[in-house]
Amino acid sequence: MLGNSVLTAPRRVLGALFIGLALSGTALAQQPLKIGFGMSLTGPLAGNGKAALIAMEIWRDDVNAKGGILGRKVEFVYYDDQTSPATVPGIYTKLLDVDKVDLVVSGYGTNVIAPAMPIMMQRNLTFMTLFGLNVNSKFNYDRYFQIMPAGPNPAVGWSQGFFDAAMSMNPKPKTVALVGADAEYPAMALEGAREHAKKTGLKIVYDKTYPPNTVDYSPIVRAIQATNPEIVFVASYPPDSAGMVRAVNEVGLKTRIFGGGLVGPQFAALKTQLGPLLNGVVNYEFYAPDLGSKFPFLEQFLAKYQARAAKEGVDPLGFYLPPYAYAMMQVLDQAITATKGLDQAKLAEYIHKSTFDTYVGKVGFAKNGEWAAPRVMMTQYHGITGNDVEQFKKPGRLTVLSPKEYKTGDLKAPYHENKK
Amino acid sequence: MEVSWALLANAVIAGLLLGGFYAAMSVGISISFGMLDVVNIAHPAFIILGSYIAYIVNDRFGFDPIVVSVTVSPLFFLLGMALYRIYYLCFERRGQESLRGLAFFFGILFITEVALVLVFGVDYRMVNTRYGDVTWRAGEVDFPMRLVVPFLVSMVMVIGVQLFLTHTFFGRAVLAVAQDQLALRLMGVNPVRVKELAFAISIATAGVAGAFLIVIQPVQPAIGREFIGLVFAVCVLGGMGSIWGTLLGAFVLGLAESFTSTFFGPSWAPAVSFGLLLATLAFRPSGLLGR
Repeated sequence: MLGNSVLTAPRRVLGALFIGLALSGTALAQQPLKIGFGMSLTGPLAGNGKAALIAMEIWRDDVNAKGGILGRKVEFVYYDDQTSPATVPGIYTKLLDVDKVDLVVSGYGTNVIAPAMPIMMQRNLTFMTLFGLNVNSKFNYDRYFQIMPAGPNPAVGWSQGFFDAAMSMNPKPKTVALVGADAEYPAMALEGAREHAKKTGLKIVYDKTYPPNTVDYSPIVRAIQATNPEIVFVASYPPDSAGMVRAVNEVGLKTRIFGGGLVGPQFAALKTQLGPLLNGVVNYEFYAPDLGSKFPFLEQFLAKYQARAAKEGVDPLGFYLPPYAYAMMQVLDQAITATKGLDQAKLAEYIHKSTFDTYVGKVGFAKNGEWAAPRVMMTQYHGITGNDVEQFKKPGRLTVLSPKEYKTGDLKAPYHENKK
Repeated sequence: MEVSWALLANAVIAGLLLGGFYAAMSVGISISFGMLDVVNIAHPAFIILGSYIAYIVNDRFGFDPIVVSVTVSPLFFLLGMALYRIYYLCFERRGQESLRGLAFFFGILFITEVALVLVFGVDYRMVNTRYGDVTWRAGEVDFPMRLVVPFLVSMVMVIGVQLFLTHTFFGRAVLAVAQDQLALRLMGVNPVRVKELAFAISIATAGVAGAFLIVIQPVQPAIGREFIGLVFAVCVLGGMGSIWGTLLGAFVLGLAESFTSTFFGPSWAPAVSFGLLLATLAFRPSGLLGR
């Protein structure tokens, strides 16, 4: 049979090479699109990190079910950053140099986004980030984008609703106490609160931070009470949010408005643990069940998320971070598809000039990579009874005070007389 | 800020209540590190394990977490015995307890954390108790039951451990191990057995302290790491191997934290606490009540 072959030996070799090259080209086209990130899967913010990861995995599965991006299936490469900023540079260096990922996005929170920034800037990478507060103010990086709706001036936009609500009281308040944890996010939030105090002519009577591992917050609350502030603005992470709210109730803090930047009451864990202690607290949220009709697109996502979250022991509500984690990936997806590639400069340029349809609504970015307009909802908790999680899925536990287009009621003040 | 007697009295009460909690967390370290010379860096991991056991029973059956922790403390005792036996066989017997033993307890710390993450997830957990949201007021002084109940049980536990060590034959054997193991051997007592039981007591106290922790604040699997420095600081400040010293050290740190938070600013609290530790060690290297 060999003698009957029409191909000479050199032709056979050339043919084999050609087929090999063609096959390898096909294989390259089908190589997965690898997206790398660090995520807090252990440590103090692991509850949020895990919830964000679930949302991102739902996005990945949705995209892959539709055939991937540019015909390539999406794959995640991620590592646990242990909620520790120190681990972040190593993680992103490994993702880029060893794992050779095609794109990177951030983990959850200011603390882990900031240490990744120098690497992104050195390598000119487009960096989509998840819930960093005002990180780019220090870097001014033109390929930085952030999905939390704090607006173009995040530090100020973050607490705008709180101070608007405070200044709507009659008579107008004159004094404010500012308190927060010794960490990146609270520092940024307090910076914004100081600007508000300056703008509105409020006298700052207490302005202090506390170590994140504080056990008993009652001495802090008593020190605040001793200054008799009319407004108390708090910027805290989940364990200290719980500690502050408990201490405020134990000490019986008398003030006209309390809250503002407590991270934690947005999730089921703290909502259910604190229960009625939250009544009267004014705090930021990104969604309220009372606004269901204004966020119809969320239902589809929440149905998928809540089913998985229940199994994996993370926030069973998913109103806060998960939809935005999904939206962050939607932005990236739409930008890659539109630019037909992974050119970092083109991606950044496209994200800057476009508006994106996402599960959290239309998203556009300002020059500094933050949302073009703020959409932080300032809300007041009321009517919470017991510790049942179901009550938080229904309307009637949150009054949205701002922004105007979402407002469902007015502030009830003073705080200590409205804890129902 | 106007300094009033009420503010001062509240700072004292808050400091004492906090100190009581710190004493419960540190008494086990005082036994294992101070008396037995076992650097159990995983002690906070057992505290967190105690928190989760209290949580799961409270969540499923509604039992009080502190009652649960006292009930399951024999299990922690057995766990402590097993752990010491492994430590002894693998490291202490071979004279490798210093660095390798430390690595062993680091390993235990991480394994416990990962196991808790796998079983319970990474979300914060807290318990519901009848007294959790109750505060007694005596005039202008507050007594939050969330801290008072752990404080009272802690006092019973710490004083109980001290009485046990000083008033029983076995307790005196533990103190003897801390001083001279060879002498103990010459008297026909097996120091390994004594250390095994004493280490088990230290782990049992960690389990109970875990219930206090989850009554006071929400807990997640990695939160124990935040207390490693504190428990060793209390033990060293009070005096190695002295239970009364541990109690005194815990009160000193609790009061320092409370006063700093109230009158100067909470961010200074760790600096003041550890500054006190350094100053004490400079003038009294064996700690407040150390020999």
